[in-house]
Amino acid sequence: MPTSSSRPSHDDLAALAAEHGLPKLGSRPTLPVYLRQLWGRRFFCFGLARARFRSQNEQDRLGIGWIVLRPLINAAVYGFIFGLLLPVSTRQANFVASLVVGVFIFQFFAACLTDGAKSITGNSGLIRSLHFPRAVLPIATVIEQLLALVPMLVVMLAVALFTGEPVRPDWLKLVPALALMTLFCTGIAMIAARLTIHIRDITQLIPFLTRLVFYLSGIFYKPPPKDATGGQGVLAQVLEWNPVHVFISLVRDAVIVGEPAGAATWRRAVGFGLVFFVAGFLYFWRAEERYGRE
Amino acid sequence: MSEVAAEPMTGDPVTGGPTTGPRPTVIVDDLHVDYTVYATGRPAKNEATKLLRRATNLRRARQIHALRGLSFTAHEGEAIGVIGRNGSGKSTLLRAIAGLTPADRGAIYADSDPTLLGVNAALINELSGERNIILGGLAMGLTPEQVRERYDDIVDFAGIGEFIELPMRTYSAGMGARLRFAIAASATHRILLVDEALAVGDADFQRRSEKRINELRDAAGTVFLVSHSLKVIQDTCQRTLWVDAGLLRMDGPSAEVIAAYNASVS
Repeated sequence: MPTSSSRPSHDDLAALAAEHGLPKLGSRPTLPVYLRQLWGRRFFCFGLARARFRSQNEQDRLGIGWIVLRPLINAAVYGFIFGLLLPVSTRQANFVASLVVGVFIFQFFAACLTDGAKSITGNSGLIRSLHFPRAVLPIATVIEQLLALVPMLVVMLAVALFTGEPVRPDWLKLVPALALMTLFCTGIAMIAARLTIHIRDITQLIPFLTRLVFYLSGIFYKPPPKDATGGQGVLAQVLEWNPVHVFISLVRDAVIVGEPAGAATWRRAVGFGLVFFVAGFLYFWRAEERYGRE
Repeated sequence: MSEVAAEPMTGDPVTGGPTTGPRPTVIVDDLHVDYTVYATGRPAKNEATKLLRRATNLRRARQIHALRGLSFTAHEGEAIGVIGRNGSGKSTLLRAIAGLTPADRGAIYADSDPTLLGVNAALINELSGERNIILGGLAMGLTPEQVRERYDDIVDFAGIGEFIELPMRTYSAGMGARLRFAIAASATHRILLVDEALAVGDADFQRRSEKRINELRDAAGTVFLVSHSLKVIQDTCQRTLWVDAGLLRMDGPSAEVIAAYNASVS
């Protein structure tokens, strides 16, 4: 060993590290290691989601009531405006229930996108002080929104019953429909979280994006009928391939009698759920070493 | 005074080979860290550029070289002080060792996840101290049962009384730092990095945290301590690194390094 040289050479230090089995820091963990680390922090992930969920609603007098009230008022406003503006022929059969399903399910998506985009930049305190797989953060925001979705689902079903829909076994379809949608939303949250790291300004554009998706998700109108030749208009095609509309259709299928979703819609939902989840996760993981950099 | 660039104080930084001396826990090999900051740091040359920049709101990216090539080896059972002026790169060094700031060049080798304990790093401000303790423990990888077991100790150690039920944003700087220290110190870490935490507590808390640091060090760990309080460094650490303008100016026994540092400041 060169004890007399003024500085240790790279080779010496690297060799010393290798000799004692010290791994190199800061390199992105391999996917299996990352998944194992993530599994190790599952309690943290749920704990964070629950704590955030509670604190979000503690400050107002009505507390958790606002989780339901906000989208209900939203639905009422849209129902009032579009009920007046649009001709009756474009409305769904059970307009009120359809609208409430649409607004509530859209709300879940929009919250995952908006909060997901902030999940890294808004948690710099945690990121700077503690070491954990960062995927915990976007996943925790989705879990938080799932917690908020539960009371919304209760109200949604109540509205359906109130407007004359029967209790029926189809309600069970909610479970796979929302499971697929959660996968999709997790992917969206992860993509948004990483994009925000690269371009902060994206958070400025997200409100416009959600607005656009809102109007293109068939929330207050039904898809236009096929024309004489059996062809579809642009809007019908957009609706068919808009994941948010696909998931809304599945929930309507479960809750509202007159609005069945075909097998093609289910296939698309499975595709969107899996593709976005896997792609979002990989995309997020590939920049793991960059989070906490700014 | 000899300096590292000319001749290392400790003789051989590659000291402590496999057969002799304690095992190395952290090896820092020619570490470079750059920051990119987006700021209108440079004055615009003329009105036109100024207007253009304002209109497009485009900011120039500037590179700040926070660390410019540091090398050293830390061993089991060592408490190492890190001193230097403001902005010399001490905190960056700790964050790099903690794996929170990636290296641009060079490498850091460490045998477990080093844990950073910093004053500026808040956990979650809008949550109560209670929930911060639980979440902090879970984030360090403890199970819910382990957190429950340690909960009372953490509250006692932090000594923040009934404030534990209030959101952390209502805490004074000292209380927040004490709580964060208590949370991080509740687990035994192979490598613990402390950034100025001791400076904020009162005398009683300083004494307790010094004791805790010594305990952690005795548990075959390595402790790094950044502080502007040279006395704290001298009392807690045998070895000290002097970081100056992103370079390692000196590395050796605390008394000698601190003496040299004092000589250069005055």
